[in-house]
Amino acid sequence: MTLTLHKSNVRNVQLGTTTALEAGTLTVDDTALTAQLQQRDERIERVAVHVALPGEATRIVCTKDVIQPRCKIDGESVGEGTTHALENVAVVTCGPIVGFQEGIIDMSGPGADYTPFSKFCLVVIEISVVAGTSPHQHEAAVRAAGLHAAEWLAASCGEAIPDRSEQILWDEVVVDAALPRIAYIDMVLSQGLLHDTYVLGRNASEALPCHLDPRILIDGGVVSGNCVSACDKTTTYHHQNNPVIAELLAGHGTRWNFTGVVMTNEPTRLAAKQQSAQRAIALVQELEADGAILSKEGFGNPDADLMMLIRGLEAAGVKTVAITDEFAGTDGASQSLADTTVEADAVVSVGNANQRLALPAMQTVIGPLPDIARLAGGYAHSVSEDGTMEVELQAVIGATNQLGVGRLSCRAV
Amino acid sequence: MMTRKTPVIHYMNQFFAGIGAEEQAGARPMWFDGSKGPGRLLESADSELQVIGTIAAGDNFMAENLEAGVDAVLALLDTHLAEAADRPKLLLAGPAFNAGRYGMACAAVCMAVQERLGIPAVTALHPENPAVDNYRRQVTIVRAASNVMGMQDAVDGMVRVGMKRVRGEPIVAAADGTLLRGLRQNHFAASSGAERALAMLLKKLSGEQFETEYAMPVFDRVPPAPAIKDLATATLAIVTSGGIVPHGNPDRIESASASKFGAYSIAGLDSLTAETHQSVHGGYDPTYANADPNRVLPLDALRALERAGRFGRLHDIYYATVGNATSVRRAVRFGQEIAAMLVNVGVQAVVFTST
Repeated sequence: MTLTLHKSNVRNVQLGTTTALEAGTLTVDDTALTAQLQQRDERIERVAVHVALPGEATRIVCTKDVIQPRCKIDGESVGEGTTHALENVAVVTCGPIVGFQEGIIDMSGPGADYTPFSKFCLVVIEISVVAGTSPHQHEAAVRAAGLHAAEWLAASCGEAIPDRSEQILWDEVVVDAALPRIAYIDMVLSQGLLHDTYVLGRNASEALPCHLDPRILIDGGVVSGNCVSACDKTTTYHHQNNPVIAELLAGHGTRWNFTGVVMTNEPTRLAAKQQSAQRAIALVQELEADGAILSKEGFGNPDADLMMLIRGLEAAGVKTVAITDEFAGTDGASQSLADTTVEADAVVSVGNANQRLALPAMQTVIGPLPDIARLAGGYAHSVSEDGTMEVELQAVIGATNQLGVGRLSCRAV
Repeated sequence: MMTRKTPVIHYMNQFFAGIGAEEQAGARPMWFDGSKGPGRLLESADSELQVIGTIAAGDNFMAENLEAGVDAVLALLDTHLAEAADRPKLLLAGPAFNAGRYGMACAAVCMAVQERLGIPAVTALHPENPAVDNYRRQVTIVRAASNVMGMQDAVDGMVRVGMKRVRGEPIVAAADGTLLRGLRQNHFAASSGAERALAMLLKKLSGEQFETEYAMPVFDRVPPAPAIKDLATATLAIVTSGGIVPHGNPDRIESASASKFGAYSIAGLDSLTAETHQSVHGGYDPTYANADPNRVLPLDALRALERAGRFGRLHDIYYATVGNATSVRRAVRFGQEIAAMLVNVGVQAVVFTST
């Protein structure tokens, strides 16, 4: 299996009457995109397309998902063949609240430092659904619209010559047997009821744990469908650009032997948690790994899944490092996790999500601003009349992403 | 042209100020212009620093009524600051090593000065000084030896950390030689979380020293209360962290990181309905809880059991908050406050529902 990514850099996005990529400028025919999204799904009532660029005084609220525009150029299935990817640009879906857990993206100011998406040119698709649509149908409609828009954008630029081409090499690399063998456990939220992830089209609550070729992940085989707190939601963009996999591939064959990915879920019932943990540990053992990196999605309940995995892996002789965020209270004085285990002696912290953040007013706000007070991480007084806001970091999308995208960390003082 | 030095106030006890030993321990706070005793060491540790005034007070005077003692110190400071040409940029207290009374006074003065006057303050104590437990969260404490043999190190540390506070730089315990405040604080690291994870794993695999970024806490274990002997006469209450509140959320309990809990009457109510109650919890899909709030707060089932005589009676008030991302520390406080109110009215057992 070989996968090649053709990458085209986007430096600017504008709305226009045709959709094309020319000299780094992506022009989006918003009329055509709007019509498509409305026609293909009767649940969708209204679509508005906006552009948000880095450095602008723009705030996007109630962000549901972020997706990198990509399309398949050749190849029979996900993870192989050639895929065209538009770089430095992302599709953002937003609109009236579905769960409580959509997030904020500020394109400039102090909030911009905490989200990776403030550095991208964003095509924001604001979607309202027909009255009476259930929350689950609402989520499904928005998810499908975002994926469709991202693919349509990339496909519309199919004629563009890519700036660079990257072949993803993995199991064909000959690796020195002396190098340490490292596996990756990718934990995804799968609690049902708007906390779902889709792996190759199947709900993660049914199909996992399993081995997954890293190229399938890179090629968009995992899609976010959940409304967990914005700060540590693994968006579809994060799955497409998983930094742990990128790092493991970069050192594969020279610094370590990247033995494979185990995708696992985070179920709600204790018996299911124990069963998933046991199976995931067995799958890591099949890879004959000396060590494993674990990344988590969500917090609280999933902390128990993480601790079970660490305890079991360490008992099986597999050394672990886990990536987690913290909920240490706004003053940082509380315990940070809902579960612990003594074997978790190597933990990377990606930040205290309870930290408060004062955000200045913005010239442009995209999305339903009044809903902010109801978001996880928002307060009743979150939005002042002058447009300034006070939220917890957990309301900012990607702020404490547990794949380890950003540099944010937390320490004892 | 000479640059202006940083004006500093120094606090110490009667002994270090040369007023006297134990027989002068009751001395009231007094002011001295310029530096005294260890204050000279402060100035020689950093030529940019100038002690503009020294306040000394007796150990017993402060220990016997710390609050009044601190007020007296601040009053004295106020009087002299009114006349001073320069507003001090820093207060240094001690070092007090492992001296209990002196340590308490130093820490309490530091806290009062930073809170009431907005002037940064630093002291230096031995980790086992009893003041450490009381003040570590609020006061920057430089690690000191147990006795005066460690004077030079403690002075150097206080000056270095104090000048960082003046410049508004963050203090990092490991690098700055301060005692941990027991707080978690965000910062931007030099590399991404994924890069740090790989670097840490390589060290762990090769047996090298590595440092976890979050040391696992030890959780409290609460022993269960003894079983109720006669349930048929017992008063039960129901409490939830599942966010079920009267429709409209009258107390505006937050959907995450709740800052409060609510107390709501269920007197005469047989069950909850979508019209009367709702979920405000942000951590789960509320569709089914909103359609039938009894799913999270099972009033209907409890009423049936009450009618069947399975327990005495259900308390007329239920308590509710949101557990989503609410810190353990705050949840402990909610629990203690709710428990106190329930015990007060004779409730013997609680059905607690979470989500």
